[in-house]
Amino acid sequence: MDDAHPARIPYVGYLVLDDDEPYLTASECVSCGALYFDRRNACASCGKQEFQSRRLASNGKVRAYTIVHRSTPDVAVPYVSAVVDLDGGGTVKANLVGVKPVPDDISLGMKVTLTTFAVGTDRNGTQAIAFGYRKP
Amino acid sequence: MADDLWIIGVSMTRFMRYKDKDLIDLASDAALGALGDAELTISDVDVLGAGCLFETSGVGQRLQKQIGQTGIPVYNVANACATGATAFRVAAMAIKAGEAEIGLAVGVEQMGKRGLLGAGGPADADKPFEPAGRYGAVGPVDGILGTSLMPGTFAQAGMEYAYVNDGVGFEQFAKVAEKNHAHSALNPLAQYQKAFSLDEIMSGEMIAYPNTLLMCCPTGDGAAAAVLTNSERLKSMPAEVRRRAVKVSASVMTSDPYVDGGSVQYDVNTLTRQAADQAYESAGVSPQDLDLVELHDCFATAELCHYDNLRLCEPGGAGDWIDRRAPWRDGQIPVNVSGGLLSKGHPLGATGIANIYEVSTHLRGEAGDRQIDNAKVGLTHVIGLGSACAVHILERSAA
Repeated sequence: MDDAHPARIPYVGYLVLDDDEPYLTASECVSCGALYFDRRNACASCGKQEFQSRRLASNGKVRAYTIVHRSTPDVAVPYVSAVVDLDGGGTVKANLVGVKPVPDDISLGMKVTLTTFAVGTDRNGTQAIAFGYRKP
Repeated sequence: MADDLWIIGVSMTRFMRYKDKDLIDLASDAALGALGDAELTISDVDVLGAGCLFETSGVGQRLQKQIGQTGIPVYNVANACATGATAFRVAAMAIKAGEAEIGLAVGVEQMGKRGLLGAGGPADADKPFEPAGRYGAVGPVDGILGTSLMPGTFAQAGMEYAYVNDGVGFEQFAKVAEKNHAHSALNPLAQYQKAFSLDEIMSGEMIAYPNTLLMCCPTGDGAAAAVLTNSERLKSMPAEVRRRAVKVSASVMTSDPYVDGGSVQYDVNTLTRQAADQAYESAGVSPQDLDLVELHDCFATAELCHYDNLRLCEPGGAGDWIDRRAPWRDGQIPVNVSGGLLSKGHPLGATGIANIYEVSTHLRGEAGDRQIDNAKVGLTHVIGLGSACAVHILERSAA
């Protein structure tokens, strides 16, 4: 293991850690254009079974948020959860990072951009990288 | 009409935390109560629908072992928070299909102090990261990729409404809780029966902004039951049963249709709108005909969205509607005069029959201190996340 460059793994399969510019990828229904982040059996919108991979934009707008103050013991609070509509299509849920967890620092419709952060390191030294959104 | 459906017996336990009763005690209390209310016994029942979310193994049969093993078909159902309504519809559908004349539906849940719903487990620190599941996740996502817990999920649903519509904010959501807690003070079956000021609600412990503690429903225990029949059988019943019968003018269930982003943030609106529209059409009733509504206020943010989804207010006007006190018990369309899930409580499997109990009791003129005068038509709504929605429109007997 190279200590200066630990092995990294995306926290979820739809985050692509490409060099210095991570991005989200979705399965797009070839027939109707519906976008999914999970492994698919067929399209929930039109029922067809053919998908292609599509790179999603890293910029978007906050459609909804909540500031979580009470959670399970293994989750640090408070934190901000948001639903983000990405420019050009796709909706994603993630944490807002780098904002104060108070309503005055967050607004509905606020522009945000993708960022990544390390969640933890496993016993092999592999670092798990998750994504969130920050103010541009 | 010959194929009309009638509620002839209905009952619920008080919602609370029971130390000395188990799940089947609660289900028995509600079932026997509803049968007694209908002047029937278990021997008269042709079909049993039994709803419980957390215990899915043979609750209906375990209930029969206590109140009567008559060999009738039993359907044990689970459908998130719409579980009770699903059990009700099992009995309703069996009667509509001509397989049964008398149906019993029971919904029950014993949650105790179960805590926050929707949580996954903590990560296994000793395991190497390995993508698993449909999202290829290497660990639990709650708190890392937004919230998966119910208070935040429904907070986001409310904030989405606030984003699209004017005049909706923390205060409007809090006013919903102010109303429902005030209403519950009149309901002896409610888990909590205490009014709170708007200031007490807004300055209480924040759970998931904008939902404070008093804007989140409690966990608890309880059961509710209903006895159903068709018009033909009703004719041969005692005059008092006929007089107190409540007509089921619409019984509709929907699931969530595909919408963009629905796999990320559950859409609680479209399936509610579709269920409501079908129910109004089927009953020949408009929202303005309703004398009372019991809707699914699992969180204060949810209730506000459902004013709009159920067409109670002008489109986009839910904030103004609560500001005008329209859903208060002396307002335009009283909503959740039972205290709602926020204060009456929400033992998941019982909820979708308890709301039918509440509306039926008002239509019969038997709701005591909380009676809505001269109530003729009422609507019940539940939504189970994931999602399932049931809407029933009930009418007072003309007899």
